[in-house]
Amino acid sequence: MSEENLKFTETHEWARLDGKVVSVGLSAFAIEQLGDVVYLELPKPGDEVSKGASFGLVESVKAASDMYAPIDGVVSEVNYEVADNLDLLKTDPYGSAWLIKIESSDPSQLDTLMDTDKYEQFCATQVDQ
Amino acid sequence: MPYISNTDEQRAAMLAEIGMTPDDLFADVPKEFLCGKLDLPEARSEQQVRDHLAELAGKNHIHLTCFLGGGFYDHFIPSAVYALTSRSEFYTAYTPYQPEVSQGTLQAIYEYQSMICRLTEMDVSNASLYDGGTALYEAMMMALSATGRNKIIIDDSVNPIYRVMIQSYTRNLKIELIETQNEDGLANREAIGKQLDDKTAAIIVQNPNFFGCIDDFTDLSEMAHKKGALVISSVYPISLGILKTPGAMGVDIATGEGQSLGMPMSFGGPYLGFIATRKPLVRKMPGRIVGQTMDAQGRCGFVLTLQAREQHIRRDKATSNICSNEALCALTALVYMSLLGKEGLREVAQLCADKASYAYQKLTSIPGVTPHFRAKWVFNEMVLDLPCDAADVIGRLIEKGFAAGFPLSRYYKGMENSILVAVTEKRTKQQIGMLAEALEAVL
Amino acid sequence: MKLVFEKSVPGRRGLTISKSDVSTSINLKADLLRDKPAELPELSELDVVRHFTELSRRNFGVDTNFYPLGSCTMKYNPKVAERIAAYPGFAHLHPLIPQLRIGGILTQGALQVLYETDLLLREICGMAGFTMQPMAGAHGELTGIMMMAAYHKDRGNKKTTVLIPDSAHGTNPASAAIAGYVVKAVPSDDNGLMDLAKVKKMLNDEVAGVMLTCPNTLGLFNPHVREICDLIHSVDGLAYYDGANLNAIVGKVRPGDLGFDIVHLNLHKTFATPHGGGGPGAGPVGVVEKLVDFLPVSIVVKREDGTYALEYKRPKSIGYIAPFYGNFGIILRAYVYMLMQGDEGLKRIAENAVLNANYIKEKLKPHYDLPHPQTCKHECVFSATRQAAKGVHGIDIAKAIIDAGFHPPTMYFPMIVKEALMIEPTECESKETLDAFIETMIDIAKRAQTDPESVTDCPKTTPVGRLDETKAARELNIASLA
Repeated sequence: MSEENLKFTETHEWARLDGKVVSVGLSAFAIEQLGDVVYLELPKPGDEVSKGASFGLVESVKAASDMYAPIDGVVSEVNYEVADNLDLLKTDPYGSAWLIKIESSDPSQLDTLMDTDKYEQFCATQVDQ
Repeated sequence: MPYISNTDEQRAAMLAEIGMTPDDLFADVPKEFLCGKLDLPEARSEQQVRDHLAELAGKNHIHLTCFLGGGFYDHFIPSAVYALTSRSEFYTAYTPYQPEVSQGTLQAIYEYQSMICRLTEMDVSNASLYDGGTALYEAMMMALSATGRNKIIIDDSVNPIYRVMIQSYTRNLKIELIETQNEDGLANREAIGKQLDDKTAAIIVQNPNFFGCIDDFTDLSEMAHKKGALVISSVYPISLGILKTPGAMGVDIATGEGQSLGMPMSFGGPYLGFIATRKPLVRKMPGRIVGQTMDAQGRCGFVLTLQAREQHIRRDKATSNICSNEALCALTALVYMSLLGKEGLREVAQLCADKASYAYQKLTSIPGVTPHFRAKWVFNEMVLDLPCDAADVIGRLIEKGFAAGFPLSRYYKGMENSILVAVTEKRTKQQIGMLAEALEAVL
Repeated sequence: MKLVFEKSVPGRRGLTISKSDVSTSINLKADLLRDKPAELPELSELDVVRHFTELSRRNFGVDTNFYPLGSCTMKYNPKVAERIAAYPGFAHLHPLIPQLRIGGILTQGALQVLYETDLLLREICGMAGFTMQPMAGAHGELTGIMMMAAYHKDRGNKKTTVLIPDSAHGTNPASAAIAGYVVKAVPSDDNGLMDLAKVKKMLNDEVAGVMLTCPNTLGLFNPHVREICDLIHSVDGLAYYDGANLNAIVGKVRPGDLGFDIVHLNLHKTFATPHGGGGPGAGPVGVVEKLVDFLPVSIVVKREDGTYALEYKRPKSIGYIAPFYGNFGIILRAYVYMLMQGDEGLKRIAENAVLNANYIKEKLKPHYDLPHPQTCKHECVFSATRQAAKGVHGIDIAKAIIDAGFHPPTMYFPMIVKEALMIEPTECESKETLDAFIETMIDIAKRAQTDPESVTDCPKTTPVGRLDETKAARELNIASLA
């Protein structure tokens, strides 16, 4: 799947709106920075998440970081397959490596996020640091 | 200077080579911060310091026949234990950050983790913690984090030394710590059941408990799991030579003090805390963990793993602030268990129980000495009631050459006349007989 | 190499156990017993000795060769301390004895060791009292922060935050967070030091304290350290000294004189007790007069009649943080070490440690980038960015150092230096050893330019090559179960 129609957070999650449901994953940039991911801790369907709050944990050999929800809502689906096949994060970050789907009553919260171009510029500034 | 190799000439040469003077070395420190001569004793030679310490060691009365336990025991230590753990390739190394030059430490830790799992019948163990008390505290923190709840129930048959430690550590945390009172020497099911609710993160118990009584927590595990709570059990590793394991009881986190596995009592440390749990909780387990892997040529080797949970990467979000383990003590326990082996550990545990049972018969046949709890199975430690103040009696027995036991009044109200007596495989029939005679004489 | 379990032969025994001399043999209720013996290996004593001797040969210690692991102070561990720690009068002493009536009298030697170690450390650090109980440096940090919290509670202060420089050891923020504080990282200035202006900006009434390592993890002494402590004191905060790097200034500068209120020491660093492959260590904590009441129980006091006793009645104490009196065996080794140094010996430690570090720094400066070129204290931090441009990273340099027979420096720490190589030689090492190491480092730097592959395919001399850490974490195998 392509990077079109994606919105990005400054914490490197992506979000794609489809009706009322928002799919969430990790950006290719984040996955490259983390190195080999060894573990994902994901929420359960039915868990409430709120924008900017942690919904899970991604762990690589050299780092562990929280993943932050791009929007308020309730987790409707969790992709446990990716937790079992972590290489998907590298091979198909914006497609089959989605992590959770969130049902949200206020999709407009995504408007404040970055689009693909802006996110690319943002990543360029991150590399220098 | 035996521990500084360079001579004055070499120092002068080095300074000259880098174009510095001795004063330059500390020129970055503002002058007012440099202190003058410290008020310290004159430096001693090796001979002087050995003489001085031999004199101090002589002031410690180690000749007392030891029936003192309370979680810390006088077990026999095979000679090969010290011979191997005092190899300086082990003890002068540091945390194995560079696995290629640390396979000795790493494989030993992996074997230690395996040994702890086999002993407790749990799935996973870490590389060790400071001691049994901090291990229990870490287990409690693990349960709080794994369940997202904030209530802990701890029975007062758990070692009081550990309970007071947990009280200190939790003083600034927003948790509800409930202590239940034991029911005739065993964890109080009724009181625990009343407290157990859907806010409860864990029930903390101990086997054999502080009174030496043996319990089976299978029912408690079922009870706790129904409410989504965990069971944490502190265990005495030697007892697992024969006793039912925390794994078999359905316990979620097993911890304990490993001192009895080959470490001298050494006036309170260094000791060994162990912690083992079930696979789903492995990422919540604090401390170092060693895992098996391979190099590019397919050779098997060992590395520190799951390090991303730890403080040097996670900093303020780490699972714990611990950055060391007690590697040398873990090695000691590993060598000890390797020497004893399957049959040896069983025999030592059985010997402890047999000798304790003999001591029980001898001591309770003294007029006025009675068991404190109704008929209970004990492992190697027992609570006896005396006709008078136990602390006083213990004091008088010291004069006769016995560390006869521990006075329970120190930690339990209403137990002024109760003494906790421990018997290890080292105690002989004769020593037990002499204790009985001495006790009868002072009563 | 085979696991100890794989060498097991049914029926083999490694120890003769005394036969029971009592008539009773207890049959415990079957429900209370394990259903089969623990699957421990069955080996002869010789099997066990060979196995662990072989393991020891796959290890690298200070006794093997130069071990310049930055921030870890891998100095030589005197043999006399090992010998003394094994004296039966210390090794076989039950920790509960002094808690029995007249028991204190039976442990006067051990209590004197604890008491005098306290006095020695007070004088060395400029503090009013120490607890010997913390069982490691990080445990000392937690203890110190708990005392900080107790102090503020006692004063009715509402404090929420602890300031910690971004160059700090990871244990600092972890300890502060576990004690319930919010951690705010203070950025370092261009000189690699805690930025005084930033501290001023971040300072408010909610600041409980600051945690500083001095010299810091770049090996640099912050000349503004007193001003930082004064600033913290101006809001009734406390200044915490992380003693990880005390070796640089021991005997020359006292943390108490710099304005610090709480100090933790790593006895396994400055006071030469063995690191043990990652412990046991000891992390005594010292405090100034206004915090003495908060020290953990028990503490050893000297009575008027010259005897030593444990004191438990301390109402403001933070309580018990260890089962007994700390890692006594380690404290004992440090006590021995201090007695052999005296004032002059301690000063020579710091002077030689600093000379050795500056010697390495100056000699390697032309060959590796040195982000902070000023005079260093006990360690210097290079950056392998020049080599990384050729595809030779810090980790590759570390592995090439292994092939040359040395232990590598600390890599990738502190995090504020890219491709960091943190070298701490300690005072013990001779010029010959330093020169050999320097020669190796220069050779690696040259090869990184001319023949990078000869560096990136190291190590070749070790029993295993570079190990797959991703595999280790993904296919978690952390125990061999029966």
